[in-house]
Amino acid sequence: MSAARRIGAVMLRHLYVMRGSWPRVLEMAYWPAINMTLWGFTSQFFSTHSSWVAQTGGILIGAVILWDVMFRGNLGVALSFMEEMWSRNLGHLSVSPLRPHELMAGMLGMSLVRTTIGVLPAGLLAIPLYHYSIFDMGLPLLVFWLNLMVSGWAIGLGVSALVLRFGLGAESMAWVMIFALAPLSGIYYPISTLPAWLQPLAWALPPAHVFEGMRQVMQGNGLDWGLLGGAVGLNVFYVGAAGSVFLYVHHVARRRGLLLNVGE
Amino acid sequence: MTQPAIVVDNLRKSFSGQVAVDDISFTIAAGSTTALLGGNGAGKTTTISMLLGLLLPDSGTIRVLGEDMVRHRYRVLPRLNFSSPYVELPHRLTVAENLTVYGHLYGIPRLKQRIAELACELELTDILKRPAGKLSAGQKTRVALAKAMLNRPDILLLDEPTASLDPDTADWVRGFFQDYQRKSGATILLASHNMAEVERLCDQVLMMKQGKLVDRGSPQDLLGRYGRDDLEQVFLDIARDRRQPLVES
Repeated sequence: MSAARRIGAVMLRHLYVMRGSWPRVLEMAYWPAINMTLWGFTSQFFSTHSSWVAQTGGILIGAVILWDVMFRGNLGVALSFMEEMWSRNLGHLSVSPLRPHELMAGMLGMSLVRTTIGVLPAGLLAIPLYHYSIFDMGLPLLVFWLNLMVSGWAIGLGVSALVLRFGLGAESMAWVMIFALAPLSGIYYPISTLPAWLQPLAWALPPAHVFEGMRQVMQGNGLDWGLLGGAVGLNVFYVGAAGSVFLYVHHVARRRGLLLNVGE
Repeated sequence: MTQPAIVVDNLRKSFSGQVAVDDISFTIAAGSTTALLGGNGAGKTTTISMLLGLLLPDSGTIRVLGEDMVRHRYRVLPRLNFSSPYVELPHRLTVAENLTVYGHLYGIPRLKQRIAELACELELTDILKRPAGKLSAGQKTRVALAKAMLNRPDILLLDEPTASLDPDTADWVRGFFQDYQRKSGATILLASHNMAEVERLCDQVLMMKQGKLVDRGSPQDLLGRYGRDDLEQVFLDIARDRRQPLVES
Protein backbone atom coordinates (compact mmCIF):
# COMPACT_ATOMS: atom_id res chain seq x y z
CA MET A 1 0.00 0.00 0.00
CA SER A 2 2.74 2.45 0.95
CA ALA A 3 4.73 1.42 -2.14
CA ALA A 4 1.67 2.15 -4.28
CA ARG A 5 1.33 5.54 -2.58
CA ARG A 6 4.96 6.38 -3.32
CA ILE A 7 4.64 5.29 -6.96
CA GLY A 8 1.47 7.39 -7.15
CA ALA A 9 3.43 10.35 -5.72
CA VAL A 10 6.04 10.07 -8.48
CA MET A 11 3.25 10.12 -11.07
CA LEU A 12 1.42 12.93 -9.30
CA ARG A 13 4.53 15.09 -9.50
CA HIS A 14 4.55 14.78 -13.30
CA LEU A 15 0.79 15.14 -13.59
CA TYR A 16 1.07 18.43 -11.70
CA VAL A 17 3.64 19.62 -14.25
CA MET A 18 1.28 18.65 -17.06
CA ARG A 19 -1.71 20.29 -15.37
CA GLY A 20 0.27 23.50 -15.01
CA SER A 21 1.24 23.68 -18.68
CA TRP A 22 -1.33 23.02 -21.40
CA PRO A 23 1.25 23.66 -24.18
CA ARG A 24 3.12 20.60 -22.91
CA VAL A 25 0.01 18.46 -23.16
CA LEU A 26 -0.75 19.86 -26.59
CA GLU A 27 2.79 19.12 -27.73
CA MET A 28 2.41 15.49 -26.66
CA ALA A 29 -0.49 15.07 -29.10
CA TYR A 30 0.90 17.43 -31.76
CA TRP A 31 3.71 15.35 -33.28
CA PRO A 32 1.82 12.05 -33.48
CA ALA A 33 -1.08 13.90 -35.13
CA ILE A 34 1.22 15.62 -37.65
CA ASN A 35 3.00 12.35 -38.36
CA MET A 36 -0.25 10.53 -38.90
CA THR A 37 -1.60 13.28 -41.17
CA LEU A 38 1.55 13.22 -43.29
CA TRP A 39 1.52 9.44 -43.63
CA GLY A 40 -2.23 9.48 -44.20
CA PHE A 41 -1.84 11.53 -47.36
CA THR A 42 1.16 9.45 -48.41
CA SER A 43 -0.96 6.37 -47.90
CA GLN A 44 -3.78 7.84 -50.00
CA PHE A 45 -1.34 8.56 -52.80
CA PHE A 46 0.20 5.07 -52.64
CA SER A 47 -3.20 3.43 -52.57
CA THR A 48 -3.71 4.57 -56.15
CA HIS A 49 -0.20 3.60 -57.25
CA SER A 50 0.60 0.48 -55.25
CA SER A 51 -1.50 -2.65 -55.25
CA TRP A 52 0.02 -3.75 -51.92
CA VAL A 53 -1.08 -0.60 -50.12
CA ALA A 54 -4.38 -0.52 -51.99
CA GLN A 55 -5.22 -4.05 -50.83
CA THR A 56 -4.65 -3.19 -47.21
CA GLY A 57 -6.27 0.11 -46.49
CA GLY A 58 -4.71 1.98 -43.62
CA ILE A 59 -1.63 -0.23 -43.29
CA LEU A 60 0.71 2.75 -43.32
CA ILE A 61 -1.50 4.81 -41.01
CA GLY A 62 -1.74 1.90 -38.57
CA ALA A 63 2.02 1.48 -38.71
CA VAL A 64 2.77 5.13 -38.05
CA ILE A 65 0.35 5.26 -35.13
CA LEU A 66 1.81 2.12 -33.56
CA TRP A 67 5.38 3.31 -34.14
CA ASP A 68 4.46 6.44 -32.21
CA VAL A 69 3.29 4.22 -29.34
CA MET A 70 6.83 2.83 -29.10
CA PHE A 71 8.45 6.24 -29.57
CA ARG A 72 6.20 7.92 -26.96
CA GLY A 73 6.61 4.95 -24.62
CA ASN A 74 10.36 5.53 -24.70
CA LEU A 75 10.10 9.31 -24.34
CA GLY A 76 7.56 8.97 -21.53
CA VAL A 77 10.09 7.10 -19.39
CA ALA A 78 13.19 9.08 -20.36
CA LEU A 79 11.55 12.51 -20.04
CA SER A 80 10.11 11.67 -16.63
CA PHE A 81 13.57 10.77 -15.42
CA MET A 82 15.31 13.72 -17.05
CA GLU A 83 12.70 16.06 -15.57
CA GLU A 84 14.00 15.02 -12.13
CA MET A 85 17.54 15.79 -13.23
CA TRP A 86 16.67 19.11 -14.87
CA SER A 87 14.92 20.22 -11.70
CA ARG A 88 17.75 18.91 -9.46
CA ASN A 89 15.18 16.89 -7.56
CA LEU A 90 16.97 13.54 -7.60
CA GLY A 91 18.73 14.26 -4.31
CA HIS A 92 15.48 14.87 -2.45
CA LEU A 93 13.87 11.80 -4.02
CA SER A 94 16.87 9.64 -3.15
CA VAL A 95 16.74 10.44 0.56
CA SER A 96 12.98 9.97 0.74
CA PRO A 97 11.58 6.49 1.40
CA LEU A 98 11.09 6.05 -2.37
CA ARG A 99 12.93 2.94 -3.58
CA PRO A 100 14.68 3.00 -6.98
CA HIS A 101 12.33 0.33 -8.36
CA GLU A 102 9.36 2.45 -7.24
CA LEU A 103 10.82 5.46 -9.04
CA MET A 104 11.12 3.23 -12.08
CA ALA A 105 7.50 2.07 -11.74
CA GLY A 106 6.35 5.68 -11.47
CA MET A 107 8.22 6.53 -14.66
CA LEU A 108 6.60 3.60 -16.48
CA GLY A 109 3.19 4.69 -15.22
CA MET A 110 3.80 8.19 -16.55
CA SER A 111 4.88 6.73 -19.87
CA LEU A 112 1.49 5.02 -20.13
CA VAL A 113 -0.25 8.34 -19.46
CA ARG A 114 1.94 10.35 -21.86
CA THR A 115 1.63 7.75 -24.63
CA THR A 116 -2.14 7.61 -24.33
CA ILE A 117 -2.44 11.41 -24.38
CA GLY A 118 -0.05 11.57 -27.33
CA VAL A 119 -1.24 8.78 -29.58
CA LEU A 120 -4.96 8.42 -28.89
CA PRO A 121 -5.89 11.74 -30.57
CA ALA A 122 -3.91 10.73 -33.69
CA GLY A 123 -5.84 7.47 -33.86
CA LEU A 124 -9.14 9.30 -33.48
CA LEU A 125 -8.17 11.96 -36.03
CA ALA A 126 -7.52 9.31 -38.66
CA ILE A 127 -11.20 8.32 -38.62
CA PRO A 128 -12.67 11.55 -40.07
CA LEU A 129 -9.58 12.36 -42.15
CA TYR A 130 -8.97 9.04 -43.87
CA HIS A 131 -12.00 6.93 -42.97
CA TYR A 132 -9.61 4.56 -41.27
CA SER A 133 -10.06 3.43 -37.68
CA ILE A 134 -7.16 1.66 -36.06
CA PHE A 135 -9.64 0.62 -33.36
CA ASP A 136 -11.27 -1.75 -35.90
CA MET A 137 -8.36 -4.08 -35.17
CA GLY A 138 -10.04 -4.84 -31.85
CA LEU A 139 -8.24 -6.84 -29.19
CA PRO A 140 -5.04 -7.33 -31.24
CA LEU A 141 -4.60 -3.54 -31.20
CA LEU A 142 -4.41 -3.62 -27.40
CA VAL A 143 -1.87 -6.44 -27.57
CA PHE A 144 0.27 -4.57 -30.13
CA TRP A 145 -0.05 -1.31 -28.20
CA LEU A 146 1.12 -2.92 -24.95
CA ASN A 147 3.99 -4.74 -26.60
CA LEU A 148 5.29 -1.66 -28.37
CA MET A 149 4.97 0.43 -25.22
CA VAL A 150 6.99 -2.13 -23.28
CA SER A 151 9.63 -2.03 -26.04
CA GLY A 152 9.67 1.75 -25.62
CA TRP A 153 10.01 1.31 -21.85
CA ALA A 154 13.09 -0.88 -22.33
CA ILE A 155 14.76 1.82 -24.45
CA GLY A 156 13.62 4.59 -22.09
CA LEU A 157 15.08 2.79 -19.07
CA GLY A 158 18.34 2.24 -20.95
CA VAL A 159 18.48 5.94 -21.86
CA SER A 160 17.70 6.94 -18.25
CA ALA A 161 20.54 4.73 -17.04
CA LEU A 162 22.90 6.39 -19.55
CA VAL A 163 21.81 9.86 -18.46
CA LEU A 164 22.26 8.98 -14.79
CA ARG A 165 25.70 7.56 -15.42
CA PHE A 166 27.05 10.10 -17.93
CA GLY A 167 24.98 13.18 -17.12
CA LEU A 168 22.61 15.31 -19.13
CA GLY A 169 25.09 15.37 -22.02
CA ALA A 170 23.57 12.00 -22.91
CA GLU A 171 19.99 13.29 -23.00
CA SER A 172 19.82 13.39 -26.79
CA MET A 173 19.92 9.57 -26.64
CA ALA A 174 16.21 9.71 -25.74
CA TRP A 175 15.45 10.89 -29.27
CA VAL A 176 18.31 9.27 -31.14
CA MET A 177 18.56 5.71 -29.86
CA ILE A 178 15.11 4.52 -30.83
CA PHE A 179 15.58 5.60 -34.45
CA ALA A 180 18.52 3.23 -34.76
CA LEU A 181 15.99 0.42 -34.33
CA ALA A 182 13.45 1.81 -36.80
CA PRO A 183 14.96 0.35 -40.00
CA LEU A 184 15.09 -3.11 -38.39
CA SER A 185 11.58 -2.98 -36.95
CA GLY A 186 9.73 -3.46 -40.23
CA ILE A 187 7.36 -0.63 -39.47
CA TYR A 188 6.34 0.11 -43.06
CA TYR A 189 7.61 -3.00 -44.87
CA PRO A 190 7.84 -6.75 -44.21
CA ILE A 191 11.05 -8.05 -42.59
CA SER A 192 11.63 -10.11 -45.76
CA THR A 193 12.45 -6.80 -47.49
CA LEU A 194 15.65 -6.56 -45.45
CA PRO A 195 18.85 -8.23 -46.69
CA ALA A 196 19.09 -11.82 -45.47
CA TRP A 197 21.99 -11.06 -43.14
CA LEU A 198 19.98 -8.35 -41.34
CA GLN A 199 16.84 -10.38 -40.86
CA PRO A 200 18.02 -12.38 -37.79
CA LEU A 201 18.90 -9.07 -36.14
CA ALA A 202 15.42 -7.72 -36.91
CA TRP A 203 13.75 -10.85 -35.50
CA ALA A 204 15.71 -10.34 -32.29
CA LEU A 205 13.70 -7.13 -31.76
CA PRO A 206 10.12 -7.24 -30.42
CA PRO A 207 8.74 -4.51 -32.75
CA ALA A 208 9.58 -6.62 -35.82
CA HIS A 209 7.21 -9.30 -34.48
CA VAL A 210 4.55 -6.72 -33.64
CA PHE A 211 4.54 -4.93 -37.00
CA GLU A 212 4.60 -8.21 -38.87
CA GLY A 213 1.68 -9.34 -36.69
CA MET A 214 -0.15 -6.08 -37.36
CA ARG A 215 0.11 -6.61 -41.11
CA GLN A 216 -1.20 -10.17 -40.71
CA VAL A 217 -4.24 -8.88 -38.85
CA MET A 218 -4.87 -6.07 -41.34
CA GLN A 219 -4.61 -8.51 -44.25
CA GLY A 220 -7.36 -10.53 -42.61
CA ASN A 221 -5.17 -13.43 -41.48
CA GLY A 222 -5.99 -13.03 -37.80
CA LEU A 223 -3.62 -12.79 -34.88
CA ASP A 224 -0.43 -14.80 -35.37
CA TRP A 225 0.22 -16.31 -31.95
CA GLY A 226 3.76 -17.27 -32.89
CA LEU A 227 4.64 -13.65 -33.66
CA LEU A 228 2.85 -12.48 -30.51
CA GLY A 229 4.72 -15.03 -28.37
CA GLY A 230 8.00 -13.87 -29.88
CA ALA A 231 7.21 -10.22 -29.11
CA VAL A 232 6.14 -10.94 -25.53
CA GLY A 233 9.15 -13.17 -24.81
CA LEU A 234 11.63 -10.67 -26.21
CA ASN A 235 9.93 -7.78 -24.42
CA VAL A 236 10.13 -9.57 -21.08
CA PHE A 237 13.83 -10.13 -21.70
CA TYR A 238 14.64 -6.58 -22.84
CA VAL A 239 12.58 -4.72 -20.26
CA GLY A 240 13.97 -6.99 -17.52
CA ALA A 241 17.52 -6.34 -18.72
CA ALA A 242 16.96 -2.58 -19.04
CA GLY A 243 15.37 -2.41 -15.57
CA SER A 244 18.31 -4.31 -14.11
CA VAL A 245 20.77 -1.97 -15.83
CA PHE A 246 18.89 1.06 -14.47
CA LEU A 247 18.97 -0.32 -10.91
CA TYR A 248 22.65 -1.23 -11.26
CA VAL A 249 23.53 2.25 -12.52
CA HIS A 250 21.54 3.73 -9.63
CA HIS A 251 23.75 1.70 -7.30
CA VAL A 252 26.87 2.90 -9.15
CA ALA A 253 25.55 6.47 -8.81
CA ARG A 254 25.41 5.99 -5.04
CA ARG A 255 29.01 4.81 -5.09
CA ARG A 256 30.20 7.70 -7.28
CA GLY A 257 28.11 10.44 -5.69
CA LEU A 258 26.13 11.13 -8.87
CA LEU A 259 22.77 11.52 -7.15
CA LEU A 260 23.53 14.91 -5.62
CA ASN A 261 25.59 16.59 -8.29
CA VAL A 262 23.08 16.50 -11.10
CA GLY A 263 21.20 19.18 -12.90
CA GLU A 264 21.47 21.74 -15.67
CA MET B 1 21.05 4.52 28.53
CA THR B 2 19.62 6.17 25.40
CA GLN B 3 20.90 4.77 22.13
CA PRO B 4 23.01 7.29 20.16
CA ALA B 5 21.24 8.72 17.11
CA ILE B 6 24.27 8.36 14.84
CA VAL B 7 27.35 6.18 15.21
CA VAL B 8 30.09 6.44 12.59
CA ASP B 9 33.10 4.12 12.66
CA ASN B 10 36.22 4.38 10.53
CA LEU B 11 34.36 5.93 7.63
CA ARG B 12 36.35 6.40 4.46
CA LYS B 13 35.49 7.63 0.97
CA SER B 14 37.63 8.56 -1.99
CA PHE B 15 36.88 9.69 -5.53
CA SER B 16 39.32 8.62 -8.26
CA GLY B 17 42.09 8.15 -5.73
CA GLN B 18 41.43 11.51 -4.03
CA VAL B 19 40.53 10.93 -0.38
CA ALA B 20 37.43 12.94 0.57
CA VAL B 21 36.74 11.41 3.98
CA ASP B 22 39.63 9.78 5.76
CA ASP B 23 38.85 7.26 8.47
CA ILE B 24 36.56 9.32 10.66
CA SER B 25 34.63 8.09 13.69
CA PHE B 26 32.12 9.94 15.85
CA THR B 27 28.95 9.49 17.85
CA ILE B 28 26.01 11.88 18.00
CA ALA B 29 23.77 11.66 21.03
CA ALA B 30 20.03 11.48 20.53
CA GLY B 31 18.38 14.86 21.00
CA SER B 32 21.56 16.86 20.49
CA THR B 33 22.50 19.46 17.90
CA THR B 34 25.89 18.90 16.31
CA ALA B 35 27.81 21.02 13.83
CA LEU B 36 30.10 19.61 11.19
CA LEU B 37 32.62 22.34 10.46
CA GLY B 38 35.45 22.67 8.02
CA GLY B 39 36.62 24.68 5.05
CA ASN B 40 35.53 24.05 1.48
CA GLY B 41 36.49 20.53 0.47
CA ALA B 42 36.96 19.39 4.07
CA GLY B 43 34.56 16.48 3.53
CA LYS B 44 31.40 17.77 5.25
CA THR B 45 28.99 17.29 2.36
CA THR B 46 30.51 13.90 1.56
CA THR B 47 30.00 12.85 5.18
CA ILE B 48 26.39 14.08 5.24
CA SER B 49 25.72 12.35 1.91
CA MET B 50 26.97 9.07 3.38
CA LEU B 51 24.84 9.57 6.51
CA LEU B 52 21.82 9.99 4.25
CA GLY B 53 22.72 6.90 2.24
CA LEU B 54 23.08 8.99 -0.93
CA LEU B 55 26.68 7.94 -1.15
CA LEU B 56 28.20 4.56 -0.37
CA PRO B 57 31.36 4.57 1.77
CA ASP B 58 34.49 2.73 0.64
CA SER B 59 34.80 1.29 4.13
CA GLY B 60 33.57 1.84 7.65
CA THR B 61 30.11 1.66 9.16
CA ILE B 62 27.28 4.12 9.73
CA ARG B 63 24.49 3.31 12.14
CA VAL B 64 21.56 5.70 12.23
CA LEU B 65 18.88 5.08 14.87
CA GLY B 66 20.47 1.67 15.36
CA GLU B 67 20.25 0.65 11.69
CA ASP B 68 23.10 0.05 9.25
CA MET B 69 22.67 2.83 6.67
CA VAL B 70 24.37 0.91 3.89
CA ARG B 71 22.22 -2.19 4.20
CA HIS B 72 18.96 -1.03 5.77
CA ARG B 73 18.57 2.64 4.88
CA TYR B 74 14.90 2.27 4.02
CA ARG B 75 14.12 1.36 7.62
CA VAL B 76 15.50 4.72 8.69
CA LEU B 77 14.67 7.11 5.85
CA PRO B 78 11.02 7.62 6.91
CA ARG B 79 12.37 9.00 10.24
CA LEU B 80 15.01 11.18 8.62
CA ASN B 81 14.93 14.32 6.53
CA PHE B 82 17.30 16.87 5.17
CA SER B 83 17.46 20.33 3.76
CA SER B 84 20.08 21.94 1.58
CA PRO B 85 20.02 25.11 -0.50
CA TYR B 86 21.91 23.18 -3.16
CA VAL B 87 19.22 20.57 -3.73
CA GLU B 88 16.08 22.17 -5.06
CA LEU B 89 12.45 21.24 -5.27
CA PRO B 90 10.81 21.08 -8.72
CA HIS B 91 10.46 24.67 -9.93
CA ARG B 92 7.33 24.17 -11.99
CA LEU B 93 5.31 22.76 -9.11
CA THR B 94 3.62 25.10 -6.69
CA VAL B 95 4.63 25.03 -3.04
CA ALA B 96 1.46 23.12 -2.13
CA GLU B 97 2.02 20.61 -4.95
CA ASN B 98 5.61 20.01 -3.86
CA LEU B 99 4.55 19.43 -0.28
CA THR B 100 1.73 17.13 -1.40
CA VAL B 101 4.09 14.99 -3.49
CA TYR B 102 6.64 14.68 -0.67
CA GLY B 103 3.87 14.11 1.85
CA HIS B 104 2.79 11.07 -0.15
CA LEU B 105 6.39 9.87 -0.48
CA TYR B 106 6.76 9.99 3.30
CA GLY B 107 3.31 8.47 3.84
CA ILE B 108 2.09 11.38 5.98
CA PRO B 109 -1.40 10.78 7.39
CA ARG B 110 -3.93 13.64 7.14
CA LEU B 111 -1.63 15.36 4.69
CA LYS B 112 -3.75 18.43 3.95
CA GLN B 113 -3.93 19.20 7.65
CA ARG B 114 -0.18 18.72 8.04
CA ILE B 115 0.55 21.05 5.12
CA ALA B 116 -1.78 23.66 6.58
CA GLU B 117 0.00 23.38 9.95
CA LEU B 118 3.43 23.79 8.35
CA ALA B 119 2.21 26.64 6.15
CA CYS B 120 1.05 28.44 9.27
CA GLU B 121 4.21 27.66 11.25
CA LEU B 122 6.59 28.63 8.44
CA GLU B 123 4.52 31.53 7.12
CA LEU B 124 3.87 29.92 3.76
CA THR B 125 0.12 30.34 3.55
CA ASP B 126 0.29 33.23 1.06
CA ILE B 127 2.69 31.46 -1.26
CA LEU B 128 1.22 27.95 -1.29
CA LYS B 129 -0.09 28.40 -4.83
CA ARG B 130 3.07 30.01 -6.18
CA PRO B 131 5.52 27.95 -8.30
CA ALA B 132 8.62 27.01 -6.30
CA GLY B 133 10.84 28.49 -9.02
CA LYS B 134 9.40 31.97 -8.51
CA LEU B 135 10.22 32.31 -4.82
CA SER B 136 12.85 34.47 -3.18
CA ALA B 137 15.83 32.80 -1.47
CA GLY B 138 14.20 33.21 1.94
CA GLN B 139 10.91 31.77 0.74
CA LYS B 140 12.72 28.83 -0.89
CA THR B 141 14.48 28.11 2.38
CA ARG B 142 11.19 28.12 4.28
CA VAL B 143 9.63 25.79 1.70
CA ALA B 144 12.64 23.45 1.89
CA LEU B 145 12.23 23.47 5.66
CA ALA B 146 8.55 22.64 5.34
CA LYS B 147 9.48 19.69 3.15
CA ALA B 148 12.09 18.63 5.71
CA MET B 149 9.55 18.89 8.55
CA LEU B 150 6.72 17.04 6.81
CA ASN B 151 7.50 13.73 8.52
CA ARG B 152 8.45 15.28 11.89
CA PRO B 153 11.93 13.75 11.53
CA ASP B 154 13.77 12.21 14.46
CA ILE B 155 16.98 13.21 12.73
CA LEU B 156 17.37 16.34 10.67
CA LEU B 157 20.44 16.80 8.48
CA LEU B 158 21.07 20.34 7.31
CA ASP B 159 23.66 21.42 4.78
CA GLU B 160 24.37 25.14 5.22
CA PRO B 161 20.77 25.88 6.14
CA THR B 162 21.14 29.66 6.26
CA ALA B 163 23.47 30.15 3.29
CA SER B 164 22.47 33.15 1.16
CA LEU B 165 19.83 34.34 3.62
CA ASP B 166 19.64 37.88 4.96
CA PRO B 167 20.43 38.21 8.71
CA ASP B 168 16.78 38.60 9.66
CA THR B 169 15.62 35.47 7.80
CA ALA B 170 18.68 33.53 8.98
CA ASP B 171 17.93 34.44 12.58
CA TRP B 172 14.32 33.38 12.12
CA VAL B 173 15.43 30.02 10.67
CA ARG B 174 17.79 29.39 13.61
CA GLY B 175 14.97 30.17 16.03
CA PHE B 176 12.80 27.69 14.16
CA PHE B 177 15.39 24.92 14.56
CA GLN B 178 15.82 25.64 18.26
CA ASP B 179 12.10 25.57 18.76
CA TYR B 180 11.67 22.31 16.84
CA GLN B 181 14.55 20.67 18.67
CA ARG B 182 13.16 21.71 22.07
CA LYS B 183 9.63 20.52 21.29
CA SER B 184 10.44 17.28 19.47
CA GLY B 185 13.72 16.17 21.03
CA ALA B 186 15.01 15.55 17.49
CA THR B 187 18.67 15.16 16.68
CA ILE B 188 20.10 17.81 14.37
CA LEU B 189 23.33 17.64 12.42
CA LEU B 190 24.28 20.69 10.44
CA ALA B 191 27.13 21.66 8.20
CA SER B 192 27.70 25.38 8.37
CA HIS B 193 30.20 28.13 7.71
CA ASN B 194 28.45 30.48 10.08
CA MET B 195 30.22 30.25 13.43
CA ALA B 196 27.75 32.46 15.28
CA GLU B 197 25.03 30.05 14.18
CA VAL B 198 27.01 27.09 15.48
CA GLU B 199 27.66 28.76 18.85
CA ARG B 200 23.98 29.53 19.20
CA LEU B 201 22.56 26.16 18.15
CA CYS B 202 25.05 23.40 18.83
CA ASP B 203 25.96 21.20 21.78
CA GLN B 204 28.83 19.58 19.93
CA VAL B 205 31.20 20.58 17.15
CA LEU B 206 33.08 18.22 14.83
CA MET B 207 35.95 19.94 13.05
CA MET B 208 37.00 18.49 9.69
CA LYS B 209 40.04 19.26 7.61
CA GLN B 210 41.14 17.51 4.44
CA GLY B 211 38.79 14.65 5.11
CA LYS B 212 39.94 14.05 8.67
CA LEU B 213 38.18 14.79 11.91
CA VAL B 214 40.77 17.03 13.55
CA ASP B 215 38.98 18.15 16.70
CA ARG B 216 35.70 17.94 18.53
CA GLY B 217 33.94 19.18 21.62
CA SER B 218 31.28 21.60 22.79
CA PRO B 219 31.66 25.21 21.55
CA GLN B 220 32.65 26.30 25.10
CA ASP B 221 35.10 23.44 25.35
CA LEU B 222 36.78 24.41 22.04
CA LEU B 223 36.90 28.10 22.95
CA GLY B 224 38.57 27.22 26.24
CA ARG B 225 41.06 24.81 24.74
CA TYR B 226 42.16 27.17 21.97
CA GLY B 227 42.05 30.20 24.24
CA ARG B 228 39.75 32.12 21.89
CA ASP B 229 36.68 34.29 22.32
CA ASP B 230 34.73 33.01 19.37
CA LEU B 231 34.50 29.91 17.19
CA GLU B 232 35.57 31.78 14.08
CA GLN B 233 39.04 32.21 15.60
CA VAL B 234 39.12 28.51 16.53
CA PHE B 235 38.06 27.65 12.98
CA LEU B 236 40.88 29.79 11.53
CA ASP B 237 43.42 28.33 13.98
CA ILE B 238 42.57 24.86 12.74
CA ALA B 239 42.18 25.75 9.06
CA ARG B 240 45.51 27.63 8.95
CA ASP B 241 47.40 25.46 11.43
CA ARG B 242 47.95 28.66 13.41
CA ARG B 243 47.68 27.30 16.88
CA GLN B 244 47.41 23.92 18.58
CA PRO B 245 44.86 23.50 21.36
CA LEU B 246 46.22 24.81 24.66
CA VAL B 247 44.70 21.77 26.32
CA GLU B 248 44.32 18.41 24.52
CA SER B 249 40.80 17.04 24.37
